[in-house]
Amino acid sequence: MAFIEIKGAGKSYGGNTVLRDINLTIERGEFVAIVGYSGAGKTTLISMLAGLVTPDTGTVKMNDLEITDPGPDRSIVFQNYSLLPWMTVYENIHLAVDQVFPNWPAERKKQETEKYIAMVKLTPARDKKPGELSGGMRQRVSVARALAIDPQVLLLDEPLSALDALTRATLQDEIERIWSENKKTVVLITNDADEGILLADRIIPLSAGPGATLGPAITIDLPRPRDRKTVNHDSRYKAIRNHVLDYLLTTGARQKTVINRKLILPDIEPEDLSTSVRGWHFGRRPVRRNEIKSESVEVSS
Amino acid sequence: MNKENQFKFDWMILPLFAAVAVIVLWAIVSSIHGVALPSPLKTWEASKLYILEPFAKRGELDQGILRFTWYSLVLVVKGYALALIVGTPLGFLLGVSKLFTKSLDPLIQVLRPVSPLAWLPLGLILFQKSEPAAIFTIAICAMWPTVLNTAMGVRAIPQDYLNVARVLKLSRSRTLFKILIPAALPYMFTGFRLSLGIAWLVIVAAEMLTGAPGVGGFLWQEYNSLIYEHIILCILTIGVIGFVLDRLMSMVEQRFKTA
Ligand SMILES: Nc1ncnc2c1ncn2[C@@H]1O[C@H](COP(=O)(O)OP(=O)(O)OP(=O)(O)O)[C@@H](O)[C@H]1O
Ligand SMILES: [Mg+2]
Repeated sequence: MAFIEIKGAGKSYGGNTVLRDINLTIERGEFVAIVGYSGAGKTTLISMLAGLVTPDTGTVKMNDLEITDPGPDRSIVFQNYSLLPWMTVYENIHLAVDQVFPNWPAERKKQETEKYIAMVKLTPARDKKPGELSGGMRQRVSVARALAIDPQVLLLDEPLSALDALTRATLQDEIERIWSENKKTVVLITNDADEGILLADRIIPLSAGPGATLGPAITIDLPRPRDRKTVNHDSRYKAIRNHVLDYLLTTGARQKTVINRKLILPDIEPEDLSTSVRGWHFGRRPVRRNEIKSESVEVSS
Repeated sequence: MNKENQFKFDWMILPLFAAVAVIVLWAIVSSIHGVALPSPLKTWEASKLYILEPFAKRGELDQGILRFTWYSLVLVVKGYALALIVGTPLGFLLGVSKLFTKSLDPLIQVLRPVSPLAWLPLGLILFQKSEPAAIFTIAICAMWPTVLNTAMGVRAIPQDYLNVARVLKLSRSRTLFKILIPAALPYMFTGFRLSLGIAWLVIVAAEMLTGAPGVGGFLWQEYNSLIYEHIILCILTIGVIGFVLDRLMSMVEQRFKTA
């Protein structure tokens, strides 16, 4: 019996098929990377594992139990910064600890919170709010919060794609270290095949949407620890990389090329609604600029 | 010109010029039209006592201007507090429930433009006394920006934050206090500020109609006694107090914006 098992799962939004016929099994302690195009449905896929999205068809099971709801046994690091901006680093993590281990004495909750802050090397920033942290620091807090609730699976939705290359490399090492120390099952979503190959035991390409599906899984039998400077001269590495990219390119050839632009955004600004007499309709909501993380421009190739 | 001087110029000299210009214009108009519009000098002469002894109480109808203002403010605070107590939860309900929004939105859009002058008689009939009628009127007129902004703020909460609550399985009340309220707070404060502005507008009208003591009541009484200088005094006082209230609220609002 596999630890996590997705069988024939599909998901559509209002007639648009996003995912179809997804089959995937993951063993306990395994590190799996899923690499795919922007907009292919990666977040949708990992949200199914988290229980935030229910598939229209097929089943998603963990420990042979169907996943119907989100829960702290599967903690997720969201693609967007999902730290609560009105709480400090400590408070963000403490909220999670406090919620998941309500019976612990206060001292233990405090120690546990401190422990995870230290694990991602953020003790000096303990009392800062997310707005005062850099992007990389925020993602480290997110990872710490996800780990602090001692989940069975850690779901990472493009945790590093908003970061610059240097920070990215450091955090990749940190994720690998945390994984090898904690022996958690990890599912990493990424748009960077190299990142997936460097970190994972297995890499699975997700074809381009609409109606994306998983391609053949490739086992990455490179010895650990992997050094990013030497590993890409390894012939096995190159073979895996070509394999993944070939698959993505052939499925993507049908598609339009999508250029993804990351936007740098300021913080929340509420609108002054004093003149919105006519503009106020149900469902209308102001766009908060900090919610727009990137924009995609389609070009025919 | 350095920055500090530029600031002084923009924020002190220019407004001062404009004020002087308006006073000059006022003086000219009053010299042509002397009976109806008292000159600036006459206004000052007649108002001096009220400004220089702002808290004096010489009689029921003859008190310092800030003493009258104080009566008005007390009433405003009561009505405003009621508006927030009713408006904030109502806004939350509208924000979280589509059913509520769909059913109540038309009603709100209909009640919102109703003038305080229309609500006041209803308040007088309902409560028989002028003070509760005024409080009722202030509350029902001032409530809407709080209701609508709170609802908007709740609806604008990023899905990510709600997902955090779902993954951690936060209880309803914890979700409310740890996530919904802090996330909606900046919007709520915008609503609170706008509501306070309306409450201050309404008080004057309410006092005029009910004859309650306060700046509005004083204004009306002086109009009836043909002391036009005091009308100008009251208008200026109402304006200044409204401005100060708005500044104070926007300072509070600013504090929560970055939260
Ligand atoms: N709640 C939703 N309602 C409607 N459509 C949705 C919803 N969520 C996702 N979609 C659509 O599903 C498709 C896949 O979205 P998804 O967020 O899973 O992509 P992704 O691979 O994570 O993209 P990215 O790399 O930009 O994060 C998109 O076309 C998107 O518009
Ligand atoms: Mg995504």
